Amino acid sequence: MAHTLAVSTPTDVDPDVLPATIVRGYWQSVAYRLRHDPVTLFFGAVILLIILAAIFAPLVAPYDPYKESVIARLKPFGWRGHLIGTDELGRDLLTRIIYGGRISLFMGLAPVLIATIVGSALGILAGFGGRRINTIIMRTMDVFYAFPSVLLAVAISGAMGGGITNGMIALSMVFTPALCRISETATAQVRSLDFIEAARASGAGTFTVLRHHVLGNVLGPIFIYASSLVSVSILLASGLSFLGLGVKPPEPDWGLMLSTLRQSIYVNPWICAMPGAAIFITSICFNLVSDGIRAAMDVRM
Amino acid sequence: MQTQTFPDDDLDPRDRGGQAQPLLIVEGLRKFFRVKTQDGKAAAVKAVDDISFTVFKGETLGVVGESGCGKSTLARLLMHLIQPDNGTLIFDGEAVDSPDGITIDTLRRQVQMVFQDSYSSLNPRMPVRDSVAFGPLVHGKKQAEARAVAKDMLMKVGLNPELFGPRYPHELSGGQKQRVNIARALAISPRMVILDEAVSALDKSVEAQVLNLLRQLKRSFNLTYLFISHDLNVVQYISDRVLVMYLGRVVELGPVEEIFSRPKHPYTRALLGSRSSMDPARRLEEPPITGDPPSPIDPPSGCRFRTRCRYVETVCEAVMPELGAWRDRESHVTACHMQDPGSGHSLADVVGRA
Repeated sequence: MAHTLAVSTPTDVDPDVLPATIVRGYWQSVAYRLRHDPVTLFFGAVILLIILAAIFAPLVAPYDPYKESVIARLKPFGWRGHLIGTDELGRDLLTRIIYGGRISLFMGLAPVLIATIVGSALGILAGFGGRRINTIIMRTMDVFYAFPSVLLAVAISGAMGGGITNGMIALSMVFTPALCRISETATAQVRSLDFIEAARASGAGTFTVLRHHVLGNVLGPIFIYASSLVSVSILLASGLSFLGLGVKPPEPDWGLMLSTLRQSIYVNPWICAMPGAAIFITSICFNLVSDGIRAAMDVRM
Repeated sequence: MQTQTFPDDDLDPRDRGGQAQPLLIVEGLRKFFRVKTQDGKAAAVKAVDDISFTVFKGETLGVVGESGCGKSTLARLLMHLIQPDNGTLIFDGEAVDSPDGITIDTLRRQVQMVFQDSYSSLNPRMPVRDSVAFGPLVHGKKQAEARAVAKDMLMKVGLNPELFGPRYPHELSGGQKQRVNIARALAISPRMVILDEAVSALDKSVEAQVLNLLRQLKRSFNLTYLFISHDLNVVQYISDRVLVMYLGRVVELGPVEEIFSRPKHPYTRALLGSRSSMDPARRLEEPPITGDPPSPIDPPSGCRFRTRCRYVETVCEAVMPELGAWRDRESHVTACHMQDPGSGHSLADVVGRA
């Protein structure tokens, strides 16, 4: 586009900023920036791989995750076709990790997702509603905040009984207050800006203002915090399993595997580190991808 | 003085009372903000205290006063962005927010506002063309129509829509952003625009351009302006009439030449005296006004200016001076005992005769 500086009035147009930027919609431009971010693309692909492996575990895994063998206990990497060795009951560790991804990813993602939806809805309501609504919501959240998160998770799932569903509900309740606080703070910051008043002055109702002007400006911080919770959630879930409140053996789960292999750390430390490595890689990937998405959503960059 | 007359076919179809009827009558407007003082007692900031004035069709009413005198609160009250404690607004003959008048929504279709901070008044995650199109969209226009309006408005404020429309606020300069804000305000074709320190944050050359743009837009869209500023030169340049505020009250109101050549209220005189002069011979040796305005939480009794006024007498402490015939377009009124021969102020007669 050649210089189309045919602006009629003498404006403060800066000739240096020409030529025009390419016309794109918001989501188009987000997608464009994501496509040109190799780091995010790479780690996104790793996440996809982990998720696909977990979903298609029976097709991918080389062995039966429950088949034990007394003679094959805690064997090193590559022993008789066991790529990363065997666990303390002689089961193939790679198979167990692939299968374990099913529960671990679920326990990592589901509570965070639930807490993000509930927490940010409450937080935005608290930040945008009046002082009374704010007090009711935020003081209730403070009650949850008073407990250490592990203790709270144990207390809730202990009170409701073990199992994956109850564990998931317990973890959601643990994460909700933090997400609520973050979205409340972000909303309160946006709320005081003039463009909110300008939108109201244009005749927009509360819901329209929230949808068009508040949401886009508060999703960034919520998003980045929620993604950092995924790994915490996997670990907390394994903690619950360790205490007998979450997944029960012999069900494969990264956290549970980590805690049962713990006793064998002097026999074969590399084997014991493997479930931990799975958690580490998964959480690193989630953190980096969410960081990339946040950066792509930020129009100022 | 605005003395233009419009042929009948030029009249706005929304016009109800004709040219003679004021566009906006404000009566007894009051807003106290509840706060807690340091010792925990409940108190009220008297931001806007019993303000009355009229805005006539097609004029520019300038509002001046020190920082914190309630100018911005006044602007937000007029838009009903904050709820007044008391007082009535009558827009073109119809009471606002009353059962037999017009709703706040209807008011907001006809009155728009441009804010001082050009950056925070645009959504940072919205291309500016969407910000401009937002108003028409909310008022029920289709996406394509709203886009067309936005395009047209950007052109009217001197920004090439192809070039600037898809940009985000951080990609524009302060002057360009303020042009976008003006376009946004005009997009729903209001009859009145409140300019709250709209040019104060701009540097002088850009300020002049935007002021000229505002004048030009006023002519082409038949607008009425309420122009709030602390800059007396700008107010003098753009206004037809001027309203001077001090601590939440109107102290003087009148035609611009009158106010600037024959100010009546000591505060107005001090304000005018505080302008810096280009002539070194007229250098100010003494400040025309000293001290800070008193706290609006606990304003002085009687006349609010008495604590800083050099003509203060006992009557000023006891009796609150009233503004005169503020509904009249021509009149120059002031809330000062010295202008009221019956007030008992010793200088009243002298000044009154002068």
